[in-house]
Amino acid sequence: MTENGLTYAYFLGCITPNRYPGIEAATKKIFKEFGIETKEMVGASCCPAPGVFGSFDMHTWLPVAARNLCIAEEMGLEIYVTCNGCYGSLQEADHLLKDHPKLKEKTNKVLNEFGREYKGTTKVNHSIVILHDVIGLDKLKERITKPMNDVNVAVHYGCHFLKPREVRGHGSSETPYILEDLVKVTGAKEVDYKDKLMCCGAGGGNRTADSVQSLEWTRQKLVNATMVGCDCMVHPCAFCHLQLDRGQAEMNKAFGTNFNFPILFATQFLGLAMGLSEKECGLDIQTTTMPEKLLK
Amino acid sequence: MGTLYEDIVAYGGEVFGEEHMESLRECVQCGKCTGGCPSGRNTAFRTRKLFQMALVDLREEIFNSPELWFCSTCFTCYERCPKGVKTTDIIRIIRNLAAKEGHMSVPHRMIGVYVLKTGHAVPIGEPQMKLREAVGLESQPPTTQKYKEQLEQVQTIFRTTQYDAMIDFDWDTMGLRGMEKGGKK
Repeated sequence: MTENGLTYAYFLGCITPNRYPGIEAATKKIFKEFGIETKEMVGASCCPAPGVFGSFDMHTWLPVAARNLCIAEEMGLEIYVTCNGCYGSLQEADHLLKDHPKLKEKTNKVLNEFGREYKGTTKVNHSIVILHDVIGLDKLKERITKPMNDVNVAVHYGCHFLKPREVRGHGSSETPYILEDLVKVTGAKEVDYKDKLMCCGAGGGNRTADSVQSLEWTRQKLVNATMVGCDCMVHPCAFCHLQLDRGQAEMNKAFGTNFNFPILFATQFLGLAMGLSEKECGLDIQTTTMPEKLLK
Repeated sequence: MGTLYEDIVAYGGEVFGEEHMESLRECVQCGKCTGGCPSGRNTAFRTRKLFQMALVDLREEIFNSPELWFCSTCFTCYERCPKGVKTTDIIRIIRNLAAKEGHMSVPHRMIGVYVLKTGHAVPIGEPQMKLREAVGLESQPPTTQKYKEQLEQVQTIFRTTQYDAMIDFDWDTMGLRGMEKGGKK
């Protein structure tokens, strides 16, 4: 706790800082606006990706994730993330290590080689949960200066934010509400679409195994959202952002399509509604372009 | 080496607990996993079939099929399985065993190379540093890629668990051996 509010350790991961820094910038700006301080996690690595590295070797995945948790523990802070992959890995690792004392002992033997120890004293939070539960919808609503009244939004959750629910703890993975609430607080309309909860296609090494095949999943999602008149897609995951945004250039090339469907991370969308500029949210340095409707 | 089921329980059990892995035995082949699978509608990957193949020990058939790698780990089947089979975790462990036995594509092995070289599966380069500056952030984030001594800790983990050997990593060139063969097998 700081004098003015809360301080969190920001686990950056890979894609947010190294491909979509607009997500990092928008999130930090909004948190600061509400008196939440962000501290960098010096020396943090890849989370590492739960579906990708988890598929290659769980026994390597775990100590790398645990080392990242140690950094926040040493800072005495709880973590926040801007990627479902980071959320998936760090929260799952924390959960497993807290549940299995022998596993904790084994993992600490690896970490002790360079003087670190996992203790189990931090907590892994997703940035959109901090927005929804810590800052709260009422306070968010007070700061909306550019309401999105005529904007239809397709919500995309990604997978590892909601599932498995026994680890994530956000209630039913079939009837989520957090992103919907955050979209509606801006005045925008959240529009249901076919297979709303479907995966973007990128996870689990699928994108690396066969990128064109993985883009077909993405194409289906974008078609479904477009068919019901959505103006843009809002999501909570940097890895999905890569697949949904850059993926459109890739699929236009692979399938001969002509997609330019606006993709926004939740804090970029909220940022625009709170009066941040397109440039401040890094929405001018990505593949898909923002229509006037979102910027006015 | 035991049967595939025994190996799943042994290797996965060390991380998830044996009971978690033993849930595979509860599979009644109802197909609810495949019914909700986003990969199943786009690829030849069949979750129900994979579990049956695992239970009757068709190890090589599973390990040699490219479809094994078309699950995106979305956890839809995990949430919906009426018998509580810990599907996605079992799939990840089957892949772990396949990878240990050399069934790992070059692009998948390359992800490990990026992490061994930078600490990140998706490292930063000069163009991306400019993007960071454009939104008012410091050009390089304070992660393992910036601090050598921090990166060395990640490298130590990979050596300890022998991940480097699994992907046939060459510490002299900081790259893969056997690229031309598409893997060790």
